[in-house]
Amino acid sequence: MNEYSVILFHTTSSVMQTEKVLKQEGIAVKLIPTPRELSSDCGISIRFNKSDREKVEKIIEVNSIEFDSINDLN
Amino acid sequence: MIYMDNAATSWPKPDMVIEAMKNYYYQAGGNPGRSGHRLSVNGARMMYECREKVAAFFNLKDSLRVIFTSGSTQAINLVLRGMLKPGDHVITTSMEHNAVMRPLRRLEKAGINIHIAECNREGELDISTIKKLIDPSVRLVVINHASNVSGTILPVEEVASISHMFGIPVLVDASQSAGSIEIDMEKMGIDLLAFTGHKELLGPTGTGGLLINNNIDVSQIEPLVCGGTGSRSEYEQQPEDLPDRYESGTANTAGIAGLSASLDWINVRGIPAVREHAEKMTIKLIEGLSDIKEVKVYGVKNAEQSVPIVSFTIKDKTVSEVGFKLDEEFGILTRVGLHCAPAAHKTLGSFPEGTVRLSPNIFNTMEDIESTIEAVREVALS
Repeated sequence: MNEYSVILFHTTSSVMQTEKVLKQEGIAVKLIPTPRELSSDCGISIRFNKSDREKVEKIIEVNSIEFDSINDLN
Repeated sequence: MIYMDNAATSWPKPDMVIEAMKNYYYQAGGNPGRSGHRLSVNGARMMYECREKVAAFFNLKDSLRVIFTSGSTQAINLVLRGMLKPGDHVITTSMEHNAVMRPLRRLEKAGINIHIAECNREGELDISTIKKLIDPSVRLVVINHASNVSGTILPVEEVASISHMFGIPVLVDASQSAGSIEIDMEKMGIDLLAFTGHKELLGPTGTGGLLINNNIDVSQIEPLVCGGTGSRSEYEQQPEDLPDRYESGTANTAGIAGLSASLDWINVRGIPAVREHAEKMTIKLIEGLSDIKEVKVYGVKNAEQSVPIVSFTIKDKTVSEVGFKLDEEFGILTRVGLHCAPAAHKTLGSFPEGTVRLSPNIFNTMEDIESTIEAVREVALS
C-alpha cells in the first residue's frame, strides 16, 4: 500500500499554483478534501507519494510557494 | 445593423467566449475553493488558469496579485476607498470617467484632497501639469489610460515615472485600453491596474479585476468587501492572503471562464493586429466626419494617439436626435450624451450637451465605417 503525504494551504489559488508546478515536474498528485484530523485553513489539499517528499519540498521552495505545512498521512 | 457602441460594451462576443461559459456550467459548475469534490476543483483550476492568463496579458509577475472584481468600477473603488484616508492628497486628471470621479468626490467629503491635472481641449495631458501638482505629500495618482469620450491616450508611462520619483504609486484605469493597446505593467511602471472584461477584451459583463504590482504593500489597502473565501474558515477575521483578502463571496465563475476564452481569442490575433485595424478605422472616421461641414469632431485627431473612439456633434441638431436617426433610419448603434464622464466633456468643450460617440472594434469593417460616415452626412443635411 502506498504511503502518502499531504500539503496544506491557506488559499485555493496556492493549491492550484502548486498542482500545476508539481505536475510540470512530473510528480503524481491528487487534490483531496483536507483531512479534518489535520485541521486546515483551506478546503482542498494536495496529496502525493511520501517517497517524493524531498523533491516536493525542494520544488515548493524554488517556486516560493505559500503553504501551511506538509504532513505524512498515517 | 452596424454596432458602433463597443466603448459601452463590445458586441458581438467571439463564439468561443459563449461556448466557454456554457461548457463551464456543464463541466465545472462547482464553487471554487469551497468544496473538495471534482466540480469544485475544476472550477478552481479554471479560475487559476484565467488568473495566470490575465497576469501574463498585462505582464504582472505574480498571478496571485490578480484580484477578480465585477469590473473596473469595483477595482477602482477598492483602491480609492481602501487606501485613501482623511487628509490624504490624490492627483487625477480632468479626463476621468465617473468610475474615478464619483468615488473621489465622495471621499472628498470625508476630508481627502483632490488635485486635478487639467488636460487641453483635445483631451491631451501635458506632463508639466502633473509636475506642478506633485509633491511627496501625495498618496496616489489616478489616471485613465484612454478616454471613453474621445479615445485620447494619456501618457501613463511618463506620469508613472514622475510619480515614482516621489515614491507615489499610480492607479491606471484601463477600461478603454485593455485589449485595444499593449499594456505592460513592468515596462510602463503601473503599480495598480483596473481593467474590465466586457469591452475591448471581448469578454462577458461582470468580469474584470485589479492587478497589484509586487511593490505595493497590500496592508495599505483595506478590503472593500469582507466575507467567505473558502480559506481560513475557522477565523471570523478576513484573511490577509492574496487573492482571498479581496475576493469574498462566490466568484463570477462562468464569467471568468468566458474571460479566459476571450483572452485566448485576443492572444491568437495579437494586439498589434487589433491596433492596426483600429487605427485604419479611426483615421477614416476622423477624416470622413471632418469633411462634413456641419460636423464637429472632439478630442485628438491623431489615430496613433487614441483608441477607436470618435465623438462628434452636428450643428443645430441635438445629440439625441442624431443618435435616434442613426439607429432608426440607418441601423447604426451609437451612444449619445455625457457617457458617465462630465469632467471629460467639460475638458473637450462638449458639456452639458454631450456628443454622439462612435466606437468600432475588431468586428467592424471599413465598409461599416464608410456607411457610418455617409449616414452622418445624410443626417447632417436632413
